[in-house]
Amino acid sequence: MEPGHERHGSSAAQLARLLARRRFLQGTASGLGGLALASLLARDLQAAPAAQQASALLRAPHFAPKAKSVIWLFMNGGPSQLDLLDPKPLLAELDGKPVPESFTRGERFAFIKGTPTVLDTPYEFARHGACGAQVSELLPHFAGIVDEVAIVRSLVTEAFNHAPAELFMNSGLARVGRPSMGSWLSYGLGSSNQDLPGFVVLLSGGGQPSGGNACWSSGFLPTTHQGVQLRSQGDPVLFVDNPPGMSTQARRASLDALNALNSRALEQAGDPEIATRIAAYELAYRMQSSVPELMDIASEPESIREMYGVRPGETAFSNNCLLARRLVERGVRFVQLYHRGWDHHGTGEGDDIVHSLPKLCRQTDQAAAALIRDLKARGLLDSTLVIWGGEFGRTPMNERRNGSSFLGRDHHPRAFTMWFAGGGVRAAATIGETDELGYRVIANPLTINDLHATLLHQLGLEHTRLTFRSQGRDFRLTDVAGELFKPLI
Amino acid sequence: MLLVLGFAAQLAPARGAQTPDFDRDVLPILAAACLDCHSGPEPKARLDLLSRKSAISGGRSGEAAVVPGDPEQSRLIAVVEGSDGEYRMPPRGELLSAAQSRVLREWIASGASWSEAAEAQRGQPWHWAWRAPKQVEPPAVADPAWMRHPIDRFVFAQLEAEGLAPAPAADRATLARRLSLSLTGLPPDPGEVEALLADGQNGAIERYVDALLASPHYGERLARLWLDLARYADTNGYEKDDRRSMWPWRDWVIDAFNRNLPYDRFTLEQLAGDLLEDATLDTRIASGFHRNTMSNEEGGTDPEEFRVEALHDRVHTTASVWLGATLACARCHDHKFDAFSIEDYYGFLAFFNSDRADTSVIGPSEQRAGGAMLRVAPTAQRQEYAEALAAREAALATIAKPSAELAAAQARWEIEQKSAAELWSLLTPTTMSAESGATLARGEDGSIVVSGTSSELDTYRLEFTLPMAGARVLRLELLPEPSSESRGVGRGPGGNIVLSELDAACVSADGERGGALKFARAFADHEQRGNGESWLALHAVDGNPKTGWAVAPQTGQPHQLVLESEAPFGDAPGAKLSLTLAQRYGGAHTLARFRLSCSAQADTALTAPLGSELAAILDEPAAARTPEQSEKLAAHYRAHAPALAGAREQLARADARLALVPTATTLVMESAAQPRATHVHRKGNFLDPGDEVQPRLPKIFGTLPEALPRNRLGLARWIVSPANPQFARSFVNLVWELHFGRGLVATADDFGTQGQRPSHAQLLDWLALHFASTCYDVKQLQRTILTSQTFLQSSRIDAQALERDPHNRLLARGPRQRMEAEMLRDTALCASGLLVRKLGGPSVFPPQPPGIWTMIYSSDQWSDSTGEDRYRRGLYTFARRTAPYPSFAVFDAPSREVACTRRSRTNTPLQALTTLNDPQFVEAAVALARRMLREGGGTNAGALTRGMLLCRSRPPSAEEQGTLLALYEGQLEQYRKDAPQCALLLSNGPAGADADPDPAAAAAWTIVANVLLNLDATLTLE
Repeated sequence: MEPGHERHGSSAAQLARLLARRRFLQGTASGLGGLALASLLARDLQAAPAAQQASALLRAPHFAPKAKSVIWLFMNGGPSQLDLLDPKPLLAELDGKPVPESFTRGERFAFIKGTPTVLDTPYEFARHGACGAQVSELLPHFAGIVDEVAIVRSLVTEAFNHAPAELFMNSGLARVGRPSMGSWLSYGLGSSNQDLPGFVVLLSGGGQPSGGNACWSSGFLPTTHQGVQLRSQGDPVLFVDNPPGMSTQARRASLDALNALNSRALEQAGDPEIATRIAAYELAYRMQSSVPELMDIASEPESIREMYGVRPGETAFSNNCLLARRLVERGVRFVQLYHRGWDHHGTGEGDDIVHSLPKLCRQTDQAAAALIRDLKARGLLDSTLVIWGGEFGRTPMNERRNGSSFLGRDHHPRAFTMWFAGGGVRAAATIGETDELGYRVIANPLTINDLHATLLHQLGLEHTRLTFRSQGRDFRLTDVAGELFKPLI
Repeated sequence: MLLVLGFAAQLAPARGAQTPDFDRDVLPILAAACLDCHSGPEPKARLDLLSRKSAISGGRSGEAAVVPGDPEQSRLIAVVEGSDGEYRMPPRGELLSAAQSRVLREWIASGASWSEAAEAQRGQPWHWAWRAPKQVEPPAVADPAWMRHPIDRFVFAQLEAEGLAPAPAADRATLARRLSLSLTGLPPDPGEVEALLADGQNGAIERYVDALLASPHYGERLARLWLDLARYADTNGYEKDDRRSMWPWRDWVIDAFNRNLPYDRFTLEQLAGDLLEDATLDTRIASGFHRNTMSNEEGGTDPEEFRVEALHDRVHTTASVWLGATLACARCHDHKFDAFSIEDYYGFLAFFNSDRADTSVIGPSEQRAGGAMLRVAPTAQRQEYAEALAAREAALATIAKPSAELAAAQARWEIEQKSAAELWSLLTPTTMSAESGATLARGEDGSIVVSGTSSELDTYRLEFTLPMAGARVLRLELLPEPSSESRGVGRGPGGNIVLSELDAACVSADGERGGALKFARAFADHEQRGNGESWLALHAVDGNPKTGWAVAPQTGQPHQLVLESEAPFGDAPGAKLSLTLAQRYGGAHTLARFRLSCSAQADTALTAPLGSELAAILDEPAAARTPEQSEKLAAHYRAHAPALAGAREQLARADARLALVPTATTLVMESAAQPRATHVHRKGNFLDPGDEVQPRLPKIFGTLPEALPRNRLGLARWIVSPANPQFARSFVNLVWELHFGRGLVATADDFGTQGQRPSHAQLLDWLALHFASTCYDVKQLQRTILTSQTFLQSSRIDAQALERDPHNRLLARGPRQRMEAEMLRDTALCASGLLVRKLGGPSVFPPQPPGIWTMIYSSDQWSDSTGEDRYRRGLYTFARRTAPYPSFAVFDAPSREVACTRRSRTNTPLQALTTLNDPQFVEAAVALARRMLREGGGTNAGALTRGMLLCRSRPPSAEEQGTLLALYEGQLEQYRKDAPQCALLLSNGPAGADADPDPAAAAAWTIVANVLLNLDATLTLE
């Protein structure tokens, strides 16, 4: 194995076959032009695992998978579990009082100074569905799908600032440099769609997550496994549009000429990279039509658009949820949606739990629930694992930064809530338990490493066997840890 | 080779009746399982398995590990098979397989012979990379053409042994392009190719190489490699990822390569340029190598955590670049495979632990990147800058020079000072308010106390009736407020203030005339400095709301700001004065309590604030003052003494000259005032310190010579010394990798047991020693490699060669690789004639699609450079770590967060979209089309040939010409019919170009040029 590269031993044999075919085509001396030749070459390339192209091809999982794709609704900023999915009656009792020292002794916080006071939730919780899951009044749509969902209240992370916690959630390390989970999946399983990238990222809520592009970095894996951001403004994929003044016909004609010259070069230089390049240009050409077709959510029936609450032309979470379904339908392996704005410290009206939190819920609740219903209706939910959650949770205490009078909570890594649906995870379940204050996990803790091990498992990958050699050792998504979280599966 | 064969044997140890050979069969097993502990200078239990004597006599226990002829009695067999009960070896890692222990048994049974080679290594590290390179004579080979160059002799000998034949030399045009791209990163001008083709004399290639080595673009090419290793970027990284100024260090790198600074000196200056006995401005700039680490400015983070993180990065980078070793594992635990312990790791880290931190804490939840930095002028203006600095120094010296007259004047001043308080009249506000709604109330001592709403930003407005006519100075006193959160002078938790701007306006007593006051000078008893940023008194009246006066860390003490008006203000008592105190820093850096007064005294020696320290000194009788105190007081007096007005004038002039030189800062290394103790971090956790360690080398490298200091300089001196077995090896390997696309050791950052074995171990050592023998002449090294027949081979691949050696490990053909990101863009700019060949300077902002920079915590925007900065070489493109330049990232350029010793070379559809449609490449296509028309001699064939020569240095074949001219004709027909589409396509070209004589032709050629820029032959270094 080359370091940092995937290579495949059969590339030589494959090249020989390609060249033989080329000779055959020349021999026939028919009307087959560059285009036909190139597409034949390209099809051949796709039929067999080639050198660097391996990434774009399906690879066998370790065992039969439950899920084929993942949609991760990353609620960037850290939504408050105490106001949404983990009700704590004791908060009401202690509201405004100093938090008992037994909870906070020796703790470090990002922004809280001195002895903090307990903050009750201003929202009502009620039981919903056949399973009786407790959900806040802020999530009325989610309340309608709880029977499809496993709510896990016992997540624990290790980082309490946004960027490190996001990186940890994505790559298993609270620093830059490791591949994100989507990249590992692309590396481990490949993509079943030749016209679209295998790992797609969609953003809403105002910009990137704090961790930046590193959140979907391929780390030391080849960059073919990197997440590709589909942008809602400008070209959805960078440079997918032909330049102004160049028609599709002109592009086709120029690619035909290019492929003719490159095919000749392949024959002369014999480098299989040239065959890969010819195929890459053809795929690029197909993306030029498949991407706009994918992005055209106006082509969805009115009823579907209403169910999601799409807002054509805008950067909206609802649009992204619908796109996520369209991507998964087309065989994309890993779709990650970031929605920014859940960082409810309470330093002002823009980030408190009274004004801003309900706003964030309104931006996301309907579309997230619609996504589950839609996937279910299409029979895709069984094979699609949907994940909802942030990089950490929030404190049971009021942050009161600089004496702020707005209500808000600081970052909290010790206990938070995520939910999961489809992809073979349990449905209609509430798993894990936190203490009376929601401060610490007291039953079924789920660490991020364990979460990763479990998610890979659902996709048919054994986390200790999905490795890549870099810097002198084999790395894995779960590093040296990771146990399956049985209650979820 | 022996090791390579042995490795194969390890995989298939069933060898029938053949007697095992020590080097081939036994050593690999011992190496994997035993030698980490049981070899080297201090083998465990004094048992050295590389020594027959030690193995037979046994270690400390005295029990024979090996009894020749008798496996059953050999303790080695008992412990590896576990039949001993108690002991089982190896204690960690994988146990031996049955097949492996069978090899050991057979070997012992056959008499247990050791090889001489193994015996010769006794007392040394067993792994080849940790031993000094061995002097080897290049082997003799049969082919005389391959006997001329030492590199070729090694390569050819190995090919012969493998039954392979080398490829013929590539044609001259291909070589012209390959050499030019390899050494300058730019394709050759067609004229240069022609000249090489025409040069029939001996040594044509050598002369061509020498010309390239002399090109200033050579330094840029090598700098690209070095920037990846040094993880150079223009931002701090992490969440905030704000800008930093580091390009003077990049300029140093380019210049160092161009003036061919020997690699040992190059290394020394970068690792310890600040500590050298002969340190200069230049060497201190060079020391910025290790300031390319990231700094975290995110609120709420622990500054120590990220200071330590930068140290880990320095350890990792130093080891990767100069030792070819991966130490990263040993950060948390002993290295599983290589002999690096966690103590080794932290001993190495200790060399880096006594430098100034890269960030400073400026508030409870705020830190700022900074640390040591230098201010540097552009090379062309270094002279002027140095002279102005000297003039400044001279003026300061005059001011500082003691004299009898001055002493007498000071004595008079000291007496006058005692009654200076009487010079001031309190200003009592008639109205006052805060923009935030905070309450301003008058206190008993004439001060104004702020309470109520505290907001991030605030502006106070006050009005006064002046108690006198002809006031000259205004004074603002900051007073600590016991009821504020920090009890300091500011309202926020840190207690600091930033007075962004103080605006004053005066209206005459009769209400007729008035206007804004202009302040000539500003004085404060204390000004906040550091972090490369200063918060000076004059910043409060400079009209720039982004600067301001601040007082950290003395936030708990009273302070004074005195502003001298250019002209007297207030024509008579009763004139109105209005003040606006803008405090726009954020984080409630707002005044908690303050007092205002004014004075008509024009002599600022009497009105400039003393501060509590000087006031206390003044109270002491002169005789009771310490010399230090006397000097402080005198310095203050001299800064205001009327007799020194001339010198102060000189100072102001020098400062004005300095302000005209566009200097930039660059981050540099600097030792901390106090060295820090270093502890092992248990499991790599900085919050869990273990035993203290002293700066030392990893044991495998021996001990640092006594004569060397135990600091970065000592480490650097060891790194460049022959005692470091890897110094030359690791660099020649990096250079080899740069030119061949693959190092002799493919894992350039890991020569250890987990890295790849060298493809040509003897050649590697020969090159390393040759490099050392030239006193580390970097240009000579490239000349040696690039003029070898090995490098000059054709890169054509036939199916058989591909089958035998798909990655060209054995070098039976020349190098062939997709060009790296920057080279692709540079080539397009160069071919189209757009490239601006200016060397060095600040980073530039060539066009990038909108929405790439979405900075969360700042309004920092990428705004496209105009003019020549759009067309500079790729290595000058601004590098933001969290948002790399998209068309580079897609071609595997690293984000520069950590050192990158090897870029991957992927081949993807997103890359195709980039070179087809990125506006930069389309702009280049338009420019190339126009150039083809201009320089093509008026025929279509001529234009096409010109384009081909510019892009890939070879004219088109008849078939290629047929295809491309057909494309041209077809497009010409289309664009002739569609003028708007034609104009639209040409609008992608450079701004301000002359009108095209035949727009349709230019458009059709643009389509062809777009193809040329996407040809495999254009994108590939072949």
